[in-house]
Amino acid sequence: MQSDQRGRGLATSALVILTFAAVLFALIAAFILAPREATMGDIQRLFYFHMPSAWIALGPAFTVVFGLSIAYLVTGKMVYDRWAGASAEIGVIFTTITLMTGPLWAKPVWGVYWDWEPRLTTTLVLWFIYVGYLLLRSIAGEGARRARLSAVYGIVGWIDVPIVFLSIWWWRTIHPRLLTGSGFQMDSRMFAALMVGLVAFTLLYLCLLVLRARTLTMEADLVGLRTRLRRLDRRGGGQ
Amino acid sequence: MTFFSQAWAIVRKDLVTELRGASTIASMVLLGLLVVLVFSFGAEPGADSASLARSGVLWAAFLFSGVIAVGRSFAAEKEAGCLDGLLLCPVDRAVIFLGKFIGNLILVFATGVVILLFFTVVYNVSIGVGWLGLLLLLVLASVGLSTLGTLFAAVAAGVRARDALLTVFIFPLLVPLVIAAAHTSTLLLDGQGLGEAGLWPWLLVVYDVVFLAVSIMVFDFVVED
Repeated sequence: MQSDQRGRGLATSALVILTFAAVLFALIAAFILAPREATMGDIQRLFYFHMPSAWIALGPAFTVVFGLSIAYLVTGKMVYDRWAGASAEIGVIFTTITLMTGPLWAKPVWGVYWDWEPRLTTTLVLWFIYVGYLLLRSIAGEGARRARLSAVYGIVGWIDVPIVFLSIWWWRTIHPRLLTGSGFQMDSRMFAALMVGLVAFTLLYLCLLVLRARTLTMEADLVGLRTRLRRLDRRGGGQ
Repeated sequence: MTFFSQAWAIVRKDLVTELRGASTIASMVLLGLLVVLVFSFGAEPGADSASLARSGVLWAAFLFSGVIAVGRSFAAEKEAGCLDGLLLCPVDRAVIFLGKFIGNLILVFATGVVILLFFTVVYNVSIGVGWLGLLLLLVLASVGLSTLGTLFAAVAAGVRARDALLTVFIFPLLVPLVIAAAHTSTLLLDGQGLGEAGLWPWLLVVYDVVFLAVSIMVFDFVVED
């Protein structure tokens, strides 16, 4: 037990150090190593943060919530619920970063902050769904009921996202679009900076997930200890 | 009793309660009509009906009034411990879900018909041959709204959330339904047939089937206590 905990502590420390190094390298790659984009200029460097955030938001973060929600409903183990909650919180943060960096880049390049384009709109709806999920967690108190209700939301929400994308995609292909495509020719150094960013953000996600889940476990343990203490106090006072 | 007669007993109970009091459907219809009215102040006088349909007035009214119906259906059960009594019935939880769902579906659809009629009158829309398609569309949209509505009304009742929170929970999930319904209704109000709508009605069918199946599967966990 003791050595098991220590091993886990060491692994977490290693993950934190690795993440720190990777993020530092990603910053250097994005700001120094990658060349200045010819037409867009320095604003294009936002891309090295925008796209990795979007990857975390649309890729692992909420898929993990979905998987852990099923795992919780099947096994009833609270540990899955805590990890799902942690992953959703981080996912919402990365979705928010995606939604904020996108318009900052779009204004000088497209001339508008926002376009009702499928990916953008889906990301916005995704944000609303998981802010709702966090809202449910925050008002549902503690314990098994919250875990069950949020697991149901985590499952339904994740299934909804592809249908949202499909509907918006059809909607936009029927209507004329103001802007088409955002692609640009990517230099090999730009591509490398993007890859480094993806790796760094994935590590950052894992790192935050582990730390947040650990905090949530400690909180749950603390609540358990307090309840036990109160019970002991009462028994002592009664005698 | 068979599966369906059990579910029907719950539907009947809800409808009888509703008809004796008639509070929910009155507030649903009124809110729906008010939304149509308020939106009309934002439109140009004499704007063509198709663009109004496209603006989603009809579906905004439908959504808001629908949330009232589904929210009431579980809030009312919570009072005086009715939900506990319902859960103690020796029936499958899927039956309880179906019963509540069908009860909501009837209310939502009926209100939808009233809102649609009001919409066509005040915006001077001639439905013409498209009425059958519109009714079918309304059924598909009502099924989707009632499915997720019933599930999340039970979730909201579990945490004693108010109607405003129920709206926050289900509106983002209903985005595909609104897009598909608004598109199909625009085409139908333009005088085209349901066949012209392409895959949109099918998106609604898939949406309804997927979430009905998922809701029946997970409903047990929502009310388990």
